[in-house]
Amino acid sequence: MAHLIDRRLNPRDKSLGNRQRFLRRARAQIKEAVDKAINDRNVADVGTGGKISIPSRGIGEPRFRHASGGRRERVLPGNKEFVPGDRIAKPQDGAAGGAGKKGSDQGEGEDDFVFALTRDEFLDLFFDDLELPDLVKTSLKETFSYKSYRAGFTNSGTPANLNVLRTMRNSIGRRIAMRRPIVARLEELAPEIEELQVRNDLDIALQRRLAELSLEYEELERRRAAVPYIDPIDIRYNRFEQRPQPKTKAVMFCLMDVSGSMGQHEKDLAKRFFILLHLFLQRRYEKVEIVFIRHTHQAQEVEEEAFFYGQETGGTVVSTALKEMLQVIEARYPVAEWNIYGAQASDGDNFSDDTGRCIDLLSSRVLPICQYYAYVEILDQREFQIFGSSNNGKELWRGYQPLETAWPNFSMKHIAEVGHIYPVFRELFAKQSA
Amino acid sequence: MTKKATRRKASRPKSLLYDGSEWDFETMQRTYAAIEEIARDDLGLDVYPNQIEIISSEQMLDAYCSIGMPLMYQHWSFGKRFVREEELYRKGYQGLAYEIVINSSPCISYYMEENTMAMQTLVMAHAAFGHNHFFKNNYLFQQWTDAEGILDYLEFAKHYIADCEERHGTTAVEDILDAAHALMDQGVFRYRRSPKPNLREQEKRRREREAYYERHYNDLWRTLPETKADEEAGADEKELAERKKQLKLPEENILYFIQKNSPTLEVWQRELLRIVRNIAQYFYPQKQTKVMNEGCATFVHHYITSKLFDEGLISEGVLLEILHSHSNVVAQPSFDDPRYSGINPYALGFAMMQDIKRICTEPDEEDRAWFPAIAGTGDWRAILKDAWANYRDESFIKQFLSPKLIRDFKLFRFTDDTKDDHVTVREIHNERGYEEVRNALARSYEISAVEPDIQIVDVDLQGDRELVLRHGVRNDVPLADKARDDVLAYVRQLWGYGARLEGVDLESGKTLYTSPTAKAADGDAAFDMTF
Repeated sequence: MAHLIDRRLNPRDKSLGNRQRFLRRARAQIKEAVDKAINDRNVADVGTGGKISIPSRGIGEPRFRHASGGRRERVLPGNKEFVPGDRIAKPQDGAAGGAGKKGSDQGEGEDDFVFALTRDEFLDLFFDDLELPDLVKTSLKETFSYKSYRAGFTNSGTPANLNVLRTMRNSIGRRIAMRRPIVARLEELAPEIEELQVRNDLDIALQRRLAELSLEYEELERRRAAVPYIDPIDIRYNRFEQRPQPKTKAVMFCLMDVSGSMGQHEKDLAKRFFILLHLFLQRRYEKVEIVFIRHTHQAQEVEEEAFFYGQETGGTVVSTALKEMLQVIEARYPVAEWNIYGAQASDGDNFSDDTGRCIDLLSSRVLPICQYYAYVEILDQREFQIFGSSNNGKELWRGYQPLETAWPNFSMKHIAEVGHIYPVFRELFAKQSA
Repeated sequence: MTKKATRRKASRPKSLLYDGSEWDFETMQRTYAAIEEIARDDLGLDVYPNQIEIISSEQMLDAYCSIGMPLMYQHWSFGKRFVREEELYRKGYQGLAYEIVINSSPCISYYMEENTMAMQTLVMAHAAFGHNHFFKNNYLFQQWTDAEGILDYLEFAKHYIADCEERHGTTAVEDILDAAHALMDQGVFRYRRSPKPNLREQEKRRREREAYYERHYNDLWRTLPETKADEEAGADEKELAERKKQLKLPEENILYFIQKNSPTLEVWQRELLRIVRNIAQYFYPQKQTKVMNEGCATFVHHYITSKLFDEGLISEGVLLEILHSHSNVVAQPSFDDPRYSGINPYALGFAMMQDIKRICTEPDEEDRAWFPAIAGTGDWRAILKDAWANYRDESFIKQFLSPKLIRDFKLFRFTDDTKDDHVTVREIHNERGYEEVRNALARSYEISAVEPDIQIVDVDLQGDRELVLRHGVRNDVPLADKARDDVLAYVRQLWGYGARLEGVDLESGKTLYTSPTAKAADGDAAFDMTF
């Protein structure tokens, strides 16, 4: 006889645990592969999951097994033309006698091992050891969120918070102290009284008895009525206390130069950098706001869509962006409550007098209130060869140079090609060892 | 789905079990009953009680990757397999096995919900009766596996391992399991006959064993390397020989030896080795009976579904669908076909079963000459069941492969020497070649031909306690280098001291190579000495 069992509703993903173990195990290799993969992605695809190819050596499962060599015999099907004694030249790839299949049956051969990571796994690995530095400022003046905690008992409150146990304890204490007669006492008297009342032939003694009992009964009843079972004085409520939860708030300002001096390539690099930043913040922090400011000779705060996909061009005046940033801060992000971060990407060219103004703005107004400010200068290949290694750069770079030494929360780096973005990003946001 | 009521006896043509491709539980039961009737009354099969489980394709993937068992302990290598299989399945390179069946009592078989009713019929006949009968009756399975206890044992194993992970950490457990998996092929008893295993009993004894280990230490390790005076040397030699005898060398079951005798493993680690060993032992017969098992199941499903059609229980459309799937399964591309991937056990097995039936019922002259014992006896059912019960692949092929099949498959034998840049064809499918081709094909299924022969032959008890393994080299066939070194590293890790592998040619006795020794302290082992 057969038992037919429907298992389709059973919990799925029994292999989820194993998959996670495998990912953990291969983590180091996967990370390497992820880092490599990110450099070849489209701007738009950076956020999606990806195909990862890792050499199978690292997570191999070795066994004792034979290798090719020695003297072997084989029996194969499908002989069309051979007779005993025929000698067949071995094909170059080593498969004797015909079209052997390359690759192994278990993925453990020389092939690389290819599989797909989900988006979340990918990003987790990607941003594994990065964080926003110095996230210390918590709200001091206004606290928005409170949490309730139990804090003993109180005399007043709402019925929902009534503590029955305490109330009853008080009530019983009061009743004992006031000597309220208990029901049992009444129940003792009642049958005798009833019995005497129904009889007709009572003599004096019994009549007196009846009178006594009745009197006592009335007295007891009266006392019971006078002392209430529960008095408002007994009632106790649970007490709750509100404790403020400090909230850490952060806002990141992304400043991008989209002027004419930035070519397609430079804009692409800048966008990639900001996408990385955007993903990073989304992945690692729940409550980080991001403000996108792009500038030519004028600055505007824009939405994410326009920031990454917009096609604008014009002159270059960097200080406008900084001014815009300060305006937004004043309007929406009071310094006392928000941790402010800034990231600026530019190609280094600026309207001639403007650089001085930028430096002023930065050193006097922006840097004092920022937790961290990163400047990324985007060069082309030739420029990178000239400036890359030395600590020199285009106009903005040279201007910002003194700031780097003067302010610990300021950092600047060069980028010339896609391959630099990630390492630079990592340098800028590497976890500080405590 | 209409089911006309039949009031008269079976002599009247029966009504269709079902029509159309949708299945439901009632239809499955009805069909199961019909299949069972034929299996039991016509073929005379003897099966474990069946448990039929319907699952989704996701769950099929899951099952696939935990080597088909409904319960299995967790390990990253299963995750790796899962990830790869999922990828292949998603890309469409590989369809899912439409059946998975477990050697257990009750015999559990899985059916995908996406199968049509025709496919479910096929799979039921194939797995729930074909494979089931084979598991229950083949001598290897009877001898080496405990169908009744395996599921409980796996349950125990899963919990024990999860427990160890909690107590000792995932990494420590993973390290042991990795090493044990690498030695899994060398963790079975091949020749020594152990009594029929009773896994439930073993669980009971396990606790006692743990307590025992904790109370005793292995007396074998009392000797420490010391310089001894010459007069005493003689007495020590005898003592040494005595101890080696105690160790029962040479030992083919490397995991067993290490589990029993390693000076550095803790009790829970030994238990883990034991678990992996038991599971390897459980799967050991399956490697040796692939052709027979699949042949048996394919033959059974073919016979039963044909009979169902003959009795009017399934329609032509259903039969066609079944035959279509069947012919895909038993296809054998020739060696020069790009789809060739070895000899298909389904193809060979099925062909041999059909052939045996033919020889019993309609032999020709050649058959009478080659198979005098069975030709023309007529009782093919008995012969087949006897074959399924008492042979394994190698002996089965040697006994029953007929010249006709050799001709049908156009089998030929050739030799391949690395020193030569040509291969030489030796025998083909003609009168002079049949016997050698048959013997060679049978040899290729010998487990010792496929898996390397590696045994523990010596332990240096007085010296540095190095473990000596010997690889019996046949025909100069070497071991894969990197893999060999990796596995040796695992051996050292488990043993706690050095280990070396010597390759000895089995014919000449000459030592061909020695793989390097490294002391355990130098690197990979992460265990403390327990005393």
